[in-house]
Amino acid sequence: MIGAGLAPEQGPPFTAPLRFFLTAPWFLVAAGLLAAFDPGWTEGPLSPTALALTHLLTLGFLGMVMLGALTQMLPVLAGAPMPGIRPVATIGHASLTLGTPLLAWGLWRGEPAALLHGAGLLWLGLAPLLISAGLALADARRLDSVHAMRVAFVALLATLALGLGLAGWLADALPAGWRPDDPFIWLRAHALAGLAGWVAILVVGVAWQVVPMLQVTPAYPAWATRPLLVVLTSAVGVALLAPAPWRVVGEIALALGLAAFALVTLDLQRRRKRKLASPTLDLWRLGMLGLIGAVALFALPLPGEPARLAGGVLFLVGFAASVVIGMVDKIVPFLAWFHLRAGPGTSAGALPGMKDFLSDAAARGQARLHLVALVCLVAAPFAPALAVPGGLLLAAAGAVAGWNLARAARLYARHRR
Amino acid sequence: MTETGDATITQFLADDHNRCDDLFAAAENAVSVRDWASAAAHFQAFLEAMRRHFAMEEDILFPAFETRAGSGGGPTFVMRGEHREMNGLLDEMGAALERREQDAYLNLSETLLMLMRQHNLKEENILYPMTDHALAGERPELLGAMRAR
Repeated sequence: MIGAGLAPEQGPPFTAPLRFFLTAPWFLVAAGLLAAFDPGWTEGPLSPTALALTHLLTLGFLGMVMLGALTQMLPVLAGAPMPGIRPVATIGHASLTLGTPLLAWGLWRGEPAALLHGAGLLWLGLAPLLISAGLALADARRLDSVHAMRVAFVALLATLALGLGLAGWLADALPAGWRPDDPFIWLRAHALAGLAGWVAILVVGVAWQVVPMLQVTPAYPAWATRPLLVVLTSAVGVALLAPAPWRVVGEIALALGLAAFALVTLDLQRRRKRKLASPTLDLWRLGMLGLIGAVALFALPLPGEPARLAGGVLFLVGFAASVVIGMVDKIVPFLAWFHLRAGPGTSAGALPGMKDFLSDAAARGQARLHLVALVCLVAAPFAPALAVPGGLLLAAAGAVAGWNLARAARLYARHRR
Repeated sequence: MTETGDATITQFLADDHNRCDDLFAAAENAVSVRDWASAAAHFQAFLEAMRRHFAMEEDILFPAFETRAGSGGGPTFVMRGEHREMNGLLDEMGAALERREQDAYLNLSETLLMLMRQHNLKEENILYPMTDHALAGERPELLGAMRAR
């Protein structure tokens, strides 16, 4: 249909993505406080505290930002507005905000009621948002990034379905015929689909657009776009569904594919034309190094739980959280400026620029806290005493991020009046 | 792809976007090290490249597309509006450059870059492919006219 995606009314209202971006950092705070007050997570990735932390980070922080960003990216970059965006964003945001702490509490304290209510709330509340995003994705332009989003979206649905099943199993609430013979098969599939299928593939697809955009780098080479997506998607598929001896082939292909993506991204950033220092650039570079480190820790035959746990920290905090913070630091000031500029009664010249909404100094301070927190948290599985400073620093980094973004939103609101 | 017959509108204008991006970065890099003479020269080149790009679209491509697709109030309307926004920022950047206000320039250039690149993505992903489709028959003439600007 001619004009779809370019008509002014088809970008979402600012409140649709903004509510997600403003809430997300406070889940970093919650995760940091839990990591500091209960260092039991350093015992292993399946300890109750580690499971709670993982869900505060993946649903509360990463999922919150990524779903919020989809409401903006699908209409603007893919020409596919999400139907019913106002109510589905409101309901989806509320269910993530309420359901995630409930689920995390249930996992941490081993409380079946909290676990089931949390999982149920998330499913009910996210369903309209997911249906709306699914309809938009089906209708979107055939761009490489859209293909990556589609793969990620299917992986997200699988992750959430397996998560609901696992919550039912943990709470002993599954009907007799539905109980898994080996719940660890579900658990492995849940983690693989969520981390590789949803988080990593979505970041890859978004990077194709935003890495050249933010630093004026060359475009990704052809092999690192659709062919890489085919490799990553097949690798996740094989790792999930193939007979046992073949799964390792999928895991190796996945590790190599993600490492190649990280390396090519670092190379593009090295060749950037824009030489200006930028906290977002630093966070993306940290993210790519975190991804390489995580892949190495998972792929190398290192003994014991601490290496796997450190790999998980590198993936979630080092890779995913870093690139997500770097993006939000750009998206919120730009959208604030954009919506003010487009709004009625605003005059040119009188408006704040992007750096008035969020200064480089504020973003850099946040990024430094994040880096120090990461170093402590990665080392904590080997030296559990570091869990306390690591957690407190992560909470501080989250609070500064939340404060920075809230300040930008307040400045927007002041000019809007 | 120098021959007009082979190029698509998408490819031709996306290449011009890249040229503008390069000039943008050169001007900003010069401002960031306070090399004001070089900054002024690069900014002038950037400004001229942007004005030419807008003119190719607003005077040649968009009218042809609007005639063919009959959608004067649709996508090209939004693109023209964003051109106006960019022109406003370019004016402010020129003024900041004249006053040698580094922070003001870099604040504006950050904003312009985001506006420009998301605008370019919309054009390259959505609008240009639509014009290639709708204007396939008159593409060589249109490309020739745009090159002559």
